[in-house]
Amino acid sequence: MGILEKHGVIERNATLLLVSSLLVVTVGGIVEIAPLFYLENTIEKVEGVRPYTPLEITGRQIYIREGCYNCHSQMIRPMRDEVQRYGHYSLAAESMYDHPFQWGSKRTGPDLARVGGRYSDEWQVGHLTNPQSVVPESVMPKYGFLLNATIDATYIEDRLKTEALVGVPYTAEMIAAAQADFVAQVDPNADSSGLLARYPKAQVRNFDGQPELTEMDALVAYLQVLGTMVDFSTFQPVASR
Amino acid sequence: MSKAPAKTTKPGDAEVTGHEWDGIKEFNNPLPRWWLWTFYVTIVWAIGYTIAYPAWPLLKGATPGILGASTRADVAADIKRFADANAPIEARLVAADLTEIAGDPALASYAANAGKAVFATWCAQCHGAGAGGNVGYPNLLDNDWLWGGDIEAIHTTITHGIRNTESADARYSEMPKFGADGLLEAPQIGEVVHYVLQLSGQAHDAAKAEAGAVVFADNCAACHADDGTGNRDLGAPNLTDAIWLYGGSEATLTETVTNARFGVMPNWSTRLSEAEIRSVAAYVHGLGGGE
Repeated sequence: MGILEKHGVIERNATLLLVSSLLVVTVGGIVEIAPLFYLENTIEKVEGVRPYTPLEITGRQIYIREGCYNCHSQMIRPMRDEVQRYGHYSLAAESMYDHPFQWGSKRTGPDLARVGGRYSDEWQVGHLTNPQSVVPESVMPKYGFLLNATIDATYIEDRLKTEALVGVPYTAEMIAAAQADFVAQVDPNADSSGLLARYPKAQVRNFDGQPELTEMDALVAYLQVLGTMVDFSTFQPVASR
Repeated sequence: MSKAPAKTTKPGDAEVTGHEWDGIKEFNNPLPRWWLWTFYVTIVWAIGYTIAYPAWPLLKGATPGILGASTRADVAADIKRFADANAPIEARLVAADLTEIAGDPALASYAANAGKAVFATWCAQCHGAGAGGNVGYPNLLDNDWLWGGDIEAIHTTITHGIRNTESADARYSEMPKFGADGLLEAPQIGEVVHYVLQLSGQAHDAAKAEAGAVVFADNCAACHADDGTGNRDLGAPNLTDAIWLYGGSEATLTETVTNARFGVMPNWSTRLSEAEIRSVAAYVHGLGGGE
């Protein structure tokens, strides 16, 4: 009973017990979490995933602000029914630039991980303005006020710098051009070559159909890019993962 | 604090730990055996589990587990299982002539069921869960078709879509913005709107409608036909019936003539398989309006 006798010392000393518990939990936590930061296969290398454009990331902020994640997940699980309904199951790389990720766990509405390109901009604007106009049985609130909320690029550089601070690879060039890129994405007549060089395959158009740059533009731009970065016609999943 | 007085165990007494607080002693009852052994079994089970399934993180990756479990392989196998089961009938569906599908009970049954699932997943958001349509998105239950309602026309529309930029074969037509682009003056628009109201049998101003007939003949008849019954080659709607895609009121018609409409439908050829497109075409064709 020698070891149990020694254990009695810990049991009789509250401070020692607390410190020892902390040590045990710390070791357990490190063993579970730390390898994920260094494992090469934690996030599979996937072609095509790029940081969000300034407009898209602003739309993402609106998505978070309005609490869309309360009813919509962004995580297609590897199951047949989900793959058939929503498309290819989500890959870790597809949300590696999301801080925080929007995987969610509640589906009052459908999963949005691959909603990009699934509907036209007009549908998105009409549906956000009055969801029941296209889906009568929907319980989604109306977000028509986004059409009236004009936005500008005042703080976009700070946003990109903050994202860069937590590991999103925004370059100095991207940050310097953030304000220009922000407005260039909604103007199909402007020169968008710089934007497209920095953010390949970015979609450039007037998303909400209004002359003003509004929160609706940003949100629809964000929705239309969701799940579209990886080209699944060439992507081969590693089956052992 | 506790003292550790001498144990006072007598035969038949429960064992006490020896701790005593203000005269209250602590029993040292052992855990029930069944509980204790279940606990030990879970420990053994956990060790076995980490051997059988992916578990321990190492330098280059995690241990794969001797069972080779993989959710990706599972979902791929599950999808393949259903694809294989459906392959023979899908092959027949793709090989069949479109007009033959309805007459072949096996194909018709498969297409109706598969098409219903495809419709619920991909089409219902615009055309409605019951295919009744919405403002701007056509009702598929009636026999009023913009681009044709026989199975081949429906199949073409679904395959290539309408006015999208992705498919070169998409159905395309563009109504001019008669007001916004200055092709017609506001009074002329008012007149032609009343003529269209007359065409569709609604309340209208006879004098304006008479003037509107001239405007219509000069500007609209090329696509909507002289009698306003439309032209399916151009997706120009029939203006003489009570079926309206965007609404048939004076205000809505004025908006339509002024700014035009440009309804878009995606091309499904890149999103759905040929068997799925044929299934949903057969499903839509069988909804009631098919020609």
